[in-house]
Amino acid sequence: MSLLSVENLVVRHGLLQAVRGVSFTVERGERLALVGANGAGKTTLLRAIAGAHQPAAGRVLLDGADLSDVPSHKRVGMGIALVPEGRKLFVQMTVEENLLLGKTAGRPGDWSVDRVLEMFPNLKPRRHARTGHLSGGEQQATAIGRALMSNPDVLLLDEVSLGLSPLIVDRVYDALQGLISSGTTIILVEQDLNRALAVSDRVICMLEGRVALEGSTRDISREDVTKAYFGLHRKSTGSVPA
Amino acid sequence: MSNQIIQGILLGGYYALIACGLSFMFSVMRIINLAHGSLAVFAAYALWWLASRFHVSPFVGLLIVLPLMAAIGWTLQRFLLERSARGGALLPILTTFGLAIVIDNLLFEQFGADTRSLAPYIGSLSYDSWEWPGSIYVGKLAVIMFATAVVLLGGLQLFLTHTRLGRSIRATSEDPDTAGLVGVDARRVNAIAAAIAMVTVGLAGAFLGMRATFDPYAGAPQLLFAFEAAVIGGAGSLWGTLVGGIVLALAQTLGAQVHPQGFLIGGHAVFLVVLFVRLSTSGLGLRGLLRLPSRSAS
Repeated sequence: MSLLSVENLVVRHGLLQAVRGVSFTVERGERLALVGANGAGKTTLLRAIAGAHQPAAGRVLLDGADLSDVPSHKRVGMGIALVPEGRKLFVQMTVEENLLLGKTAGRPGDWSVDRVLEMFPNLKPRRHARTGHLSGGEQQATAIGRALMSNPDVLLLDEVSLGLSPLIVDRVYDALQGLISSGTTIILVEQDLNRALAVSDRVICMLEGRVALEGSTRDISREDVTKAYFGLHRKSTGSVPA
Repeated sequence: MSNQIIQGILLGGYYALIACGLSFMFSVMRIINLAHGSLAVFAAYALWWLASRFHVSPFVGLLIVLPLMAAIGWTLQRFLLERSARGGALLPILTTFGLAIVIDNLLFEQFGADTRSLAPYIGSLSYDSWEWPGSIYVGKLAVIMFATAVVLLGGLQLFLTHTRLGRSIRATSEDPDTAGLVGVDARRVNAIAAAIAMVTVGLAGAFLGMRATFDPYAGAPQLLFAFEAAVIGGAGSLWGTLVGGIVLALAQTLGAQVHPQGFLIGGHAVFLVVLFVRLSTSGLGLRGLLRLPSRSAS
């Protein structure tokens, strides 16, 4: 059985339909990359999986259990952790307090403040600093650490490279590499196509709320993804007006 | 003069006590509870009822009334405030305004218009005093109130910074959505915070009844003092609340020194001065007015 399955998910923001009938499954230990242009519905999809948005239709299943009526804080307890877009740290609180908050759900596991600081050594001297005073890279590391503290089965990473310099992005991904190769199930949204393809097993390209392309990273070329990204693949079916 | 200052500071302890719950609820749930004063008077009546009917000392009565207030806070948040908060920022204010009217009139219907006090039930404590160096006499009750305020505010501060629940409360007050995403049950946390706020209201009501008299409509002035102390101290900061209470009380005491009618005017004047200074330095708006920290994360 798939660890996570999304079935015909529809999510609306008022009148705007951000996600329009998306279905996919993620196996345990798989790393899935979601790519797509701004406004394609990636962030909304991740937030709906985490329980921050109520879907208008469709459902999300974790280990076969329907999550429709499960609020976000309980989903954390069931093993879904989101690193939100824009990091969303509690800026009045210290790095350590933010990390400890990640433990609220009380899932057993071996993540601890010390282990997170081990993974992101740049946070060590900042342990008791308010996160509002940190650099972007340090904030991102704290946000990832906070999600890991809940010992998740599925980690949802939403644009961890957003607003960071390429050098810092490299550092964040270096730190994530251990996690990625350790077999943690990850769904990541990433704007940098090369990076998305490099760290994932499978890629889904979204366009205007729908899945435009899905396939194993090995079988898909960069060109295919680029076409799907811009909606060019639909030309073959003649459905796109000029 | 030093006598006035000391008495003023001690009175500030009472204002800090009554402002504590208002400020706490505002900083955590962003709800301005206009029923705050009425709930304090309700607690005072509950203690008075226990004392006059069953001869329970008000201090022992707190063991019954404080849990009752906690239950009321939890229930209010869960069934009234949480629902009204979904309707926008104005609705909870109107809801608590209506609640204040309901409480006031229920108290009036039940207990009549007579002025009551808890002073007869606490023996000589209501008028006993200690002599401090310099022939300054301080009321024992006033000192107890001040100490209670310091312990309560300090205890809350420790609770918020050093316990898991305290961290959850702070996280929820900063960003309830994200708190949910890290595993905090924001509804439960808010209900607990409301219960804590109501316990402080119960304590304030007890001291209101012991140090003075109250009647069914005594809630509004208490709300006003609480509001002024909270705004002067900057809502959301616990130690600021103590400072705000002391500043308010000092202004009142010194105002009374200037003119017999100056007690309230002195307090209001300082409140307005602080308000205008804050408005002019931080730009218009309730957010700047109450010195709220920004909610945005990045």
